[in-house]
Amino acid sequence: MNSQAEFVAALLDPERDCPADLKTWNGSDPAARFAVYRNNVLSSLIDALAASFPVVQQLVGETFFRAMAAVYVRHSPPRTRILADYGADFPAFIQGFAPAASLPYLADVARLELLRIRAYHAADAAPLDADALATALAAPERLASLLLRLQPALGLLDSAFAVVSLWAAHQGALTLAEVDLDQAQCALVLRNGLEVEVLGIRSGDAVLIQALLQGRPLGAATQLALACDPAFDLGACLAHLLRAGAITHCAYDTQRPLP
Amino acid sequence: MMIASPIHVTNSAPARLPELPCQAGIGLKSQHYQQILETDPAVGFFEVHAENYLVAGGPFHHYLGLIRERYPLSIHGVGLSIGGQQALDREHLERLATLLERYQPQAFSEHLAWSSHGEVFLNDLLPLAYDAATLTRVCEHVDQVQSRLQRQLLLENPATYVEFASSSMDEATFIGEVVRRTGCGLLLDVNNAYVSSVNHHWDVQAYLRALPLHAVGEIHLAGFAEDRDAAGERLLIDNHGAPVDAAVWQLYAEVLQLIGATPTLLERDNAIPPLQVWLEEAQHAQTLLEGARATRPQALA
Repeated sequence: MNSQAEFVAALLDPERDCPADLKTWNGSDPAARFAVYRNNVLSSLIDALAASFPVVQQLVGETFFRAMAAVYVRHSPPRTRILADYGADFPAFIQGFAPAASLPYLADVARLELLRIRAYHAADAAPLDADALATALAAPERLASLLLRLQPALGLLDSAFAVVSLWAAHQGALTLAEVDLDQAQCALVLRNGLEVEVLGIRSGDAVLIQALLQGRPLGAATQLALACDPAFDLGACLAHLLRAGAITHCAYDTQRPLP
Repeated sequence: MMIASPIHVTNSAPARLPELPCQAGIGLKSQHYQQILETDPAVGFFEVHAENYLVAGGPFHHYLGLIRERYPLSIHGVGLSIGGQQALDREHLERLATLLERYQPQAFSEHLAWSSHGEVFLNDLLPLAYDAATLTRVCEHVDQVQSRLQRQLLLENPATYVEFASSSMDEATFIGEVVRRTGCGLLLDVNNAYVSSVNHHWDVQAYLRALPLHAVGEIHLAGFAEDRDAAGERLLIDNHGAPVDAAVWQLYAEVLQLIGATPTLLERDNAIPPLQVWLEEAQHAQTLLEGARATRPQALA
């Protein structure tokens, strides 16, 4: 173990002795000074998680959140130098964190917040010119082979819990008492200009969007959506995406036969 | 007279020197983006942490681009881990090169510290033993950064809480050697100088005078928190979360007497004050800068 490896091991494990090579001018125990580094590492990374997962913190309270995040930081310190990318597996950690088991929706709230961070920093992509889509929609016979590309910021979350309502409640849009936690909800996260939006969508919409993300043409995607949700409304769904600026390119898939 | 190191004799001066104005600047934080664009505050430059902008797109780039059109910019890295016992992360260096290409900052700086080990990033500026092996390694890393970025790196003196029994030279000597061997500049953090001097019982005046002051390209000023070590002695924590202390202002005035007006950043990363409060602190530095003699001619090469 080289000296920095020893230093790191002691930073992340409060039970370990501080590195042997340390000295202090007054002969005082270097452990008290080493504790400053331990605290800097731990608290700055907990702060980073608190900034990325504010609703999770609100749901469990700051004390619980910081204790939970400390366990995560020690177990999964960043593998990236870009803190906006830290915490990708924090939702999975929360899911398995026994003391939080009484809040089964907590991991999905974290997943939603992760999608928001990703959307905020995702690559810019100009929305498709409305005329271009209008032209495509004016040729219904070719609609089934239309390919739509969606913005890189877009994310989907299919949850067994009312994550969208929980999110809205923490933005002050409704009260927590109004939220039926066990209601399954699909969330669409996207960036409209500079603003990240969280929208509740129907399960059919989620299936269509997922299929478009996988590169399927509109016809095949619509069939999948209808199979999942007989009331699926393609026009409403596309209008939704268009209004939010979520569609960035369109083209015809000439390789596929029309259904 | 120092004897030229056999390791770095072929080193040539880096292509591009820092060119920040000799004025006071402040950090750029996302909560201030709109207010800055709406009010055009009189401030010499802004400084950002490089790693906050190593994201693909979105509001951070949108606003930094707009603000860069109006103000000089300093990009301050916190993640290169120049003092690391492992090779520099080439991918990270490439990302930095892309960022610098995009924003064309007037200065790029990093720390005499390490922050990564293996794949793990600790998000703190960790201390180094000042010995021959560390010196060789740090110089190699600084050379690598400067040759990739084609510009002079400003290396910041650290704030530290411990020293190493295995150190064979003092910090100022170490920094002087890095500057001499690599041609890098010094980002003189006056708060760090004060914090480390208190923490290690150094004579701060002697420390400052032993630094390669001719190579200072930028100054940092920040606040600290106060703690006690195991013997009850003062232990200052460089937390970037408080106004600049009176003792550090005094030291800053003395530094300006020694080296003349130098671009100066008021640094805050925690407990970010309202923009107006931050600007007032910068104005205090600006007043001291205007009272100082003009900078000596840049003769770093």
